[in-house]
Amino acid sequence: MTPDTTTVQKPRKRLSLGPILYYWPRDQLRSFYNMVAESAIDIVYLGETVCSKRRSLNTEGWLEIADMLTNAGKEVVLSSLSLIEAASELATLKRICANRHFRVEANDMAAVQMLAGKSGFIAGSTLNIYNTHTLEKLASLGAKRWVMPVEQSREILHEFRQQMESSMEIEVFAWGRLPLAFSARCYTARNHKLPKDDCQFRCLDDPDGMLLRTREDDSFLVLNGIQTQSALTHNLVQELKDPDIDIFRISPQSLHTGKIIKVFHDCLTGQQDIDQAVVVLESLMPTGPCNGYWYGEAGMLAGCSTA
Amino acid sequence: MKLVCPAGNLPSLKAAVDNGADAVYIGFRDSTSARHFAGLNFTHKQIEKGLQYARDQKVKVFVAINTYPYPSDFAHWQRAVDMAAGLDVDALILADIGVMDYACERWPELNLHLSVQSSSTSHEAIRFYAEQFGIRRAVIPRVLSLKQVARLIEHSPVPIEVFGFGSLCVMVEGRCFLSSYVTGQGPNNFGACSPASFVRWQETDRGLETRLNEVLIDQVGKDENAGYPTVCKGRFEVMGKTSYAIEAPTSLNTLPILPELLRIGAAAIKIEGRQRSPAYVKQVTRIMREAIDACKADPDHFTPKQEWMTQLAALSEGMQTTLGAYERTWQ
Repeated sequence: MTPDTTTVQKPRKRLSLGPILYYWPRDQLRSFYNMVAESAIDIVYLGETVCSKRRSLNTEGWLEIADMLTNAGKEVVLSSLSLIEAASELATLKRICANRHFRVEANDMAAVQMLAGKSGFIAGSTLNIYNTHTLEKLASLGAKRWVMPVEQSREILHEFRQQMESSMEIEVFAWGRLPLAFSARCYTARNHKLPKDDCQFRCLDDPDGMLLRTREDDSFLVLNGIQTQSALTHNLVQELKDPDIDIFRISPQSLHTGKIIKVFHDCLTGQQDIDQAVVVLESLMPTGPCNGYWYGEAGMLAGCSTA
Repeated sequence: MKLVCPAGNLPSLKAAVDNGADAVYIGFRDSTSARHFAGLNFTHKQIEKGLQYARDQKVKVFVAINTYPYPSDFAHWQRAVDMAAGLDVDALILADIGVMDYACERWPELNLHLSVQSSSTSHEAIRFYAEQFGIRRAVIPRVLSLKQVARLIEHSPVPIEVFGFGSLCVMVEGRCFLSSYVTGQGPNNFGACSPASFVRWQETDRGLETRLNEVLIDQVGKDENAGYPTVCKGRFEVMGKTSYAIEAPTSLNTLPILPELLRIGAAAIKIEGRQRSPAYVKQVTRIMREAIDACKADPDHFTPKQEWMTQLAALSEGMQTTLGAYERTWQ
């Protein structure tokens, strides 16, 4: 049979698993990625992006998991640290960027500097790409995929799609507590009344971060070491048909990640009804839903899907 | 070590010039700059006047175009760059890669500074902007310890400007979505943190409440000062305890480490506060000028005068100051 050349097949939409943003012990990491290997996920981002003191795995340990996932048919990407402060962090970054086997997600311009000219890196969501001019510049340096900053809306994404000349893949943060800020200060240590330099790795106590409530008892934010996240879970399962998105990122949480992947996959392949999926997924959130950013609203708002 | 001072209007610019600034940084009256507040910043005509005033006293003027334009707004940022270039200002302070790319292609002679909003915390990140766009100075985020700043200066391809005094961003600048998470508008996409239109102060039985888009940020008793409700300086409950879980209202003050900043080769010290009054600009500029001069004259025996510290504390958030991330124990 000759292929039908009159219709251009748009590439299949894919699911990715973001890097684990929390501090989990080694055994938990290993069993988590064994589960991931069996899952329907297409792309897996690996590595420590929040705090360089977290060392359940060293670079070699991550590379072992990367090999295992590659053998399981996954596309593996190494994610780089978002906030670079120490000389040792730059040294680690250099090793990651120099690796010959896996593509790298650049989460800081220091990584872009090291990756520039090498084809195929991923421009991470913390790079502050807000317009097509910036995106094309990164494309000219070798970026092949862009993870949109979480505060940008579907309307902005659409503006990008209309103006873009390069064939950059676009990925959105489709599930998880939103990464909102990074700091020199460790809030987990602060709230345990410990100095950062002697944090006693208390992030291990909170596999989904430490909840921060307002004085009216609203679950508001999550403290995750030097990172601040939303307490609410960003969920874009209803947007799986959006023609502007190529890849939907699921950010790992300590419980139910396998089930979340399955629901997204089943919706993507038409095996599950999306309205039903919304209900199922809400029951798997640590606190509750939000999706305001996607509709150009305050990020914390939810239920804007009719906008 | 040069002194770079803020000005949100012409009287502030004059106050900075008259009190010893080496350079003044300003912005246009729109969302192209990171202090986008009603009634603040400069029209074209005001910049012309300010430039004249500063030039007469050999003070430089920098224009900050340091927010991130969306695709449909890009032309507006281009026009801002063109306007600043036409005014022949001494430097443009830029954050967005696209805007920088445009500025260096269109106006190759323009002196470009890398804004703190670009979140550049390492010499490798700074090298990127130096190689790609020829930036000639970088302003670094308030996240590095003094030792890390020293190392960065040692390896940086361009001179480094550090923050010396003012309201303290505790998050890496350019990567903080706390304001936009609560209001939809933040420093990157709107040019302001916690825009005033979302702020509500309300007297209640429990005390004065401060809210940002209805989220309770703080609640203060009669004998306490209520700070401006930025998310990072609110009081919240974590593990059953209510406290300033992120940071208390406080400002950065580097006078105690001025000799070290001089010794490690900081090219310039920046004062925060384009949104503050001419009186603030006048007082902070005067104190910092005196302090820098005293420090340069005799760095080994420099100690900040008590009156400087007291006066600066009075101008600070929560009436208190900190060395912030420069000091490892703060982190």
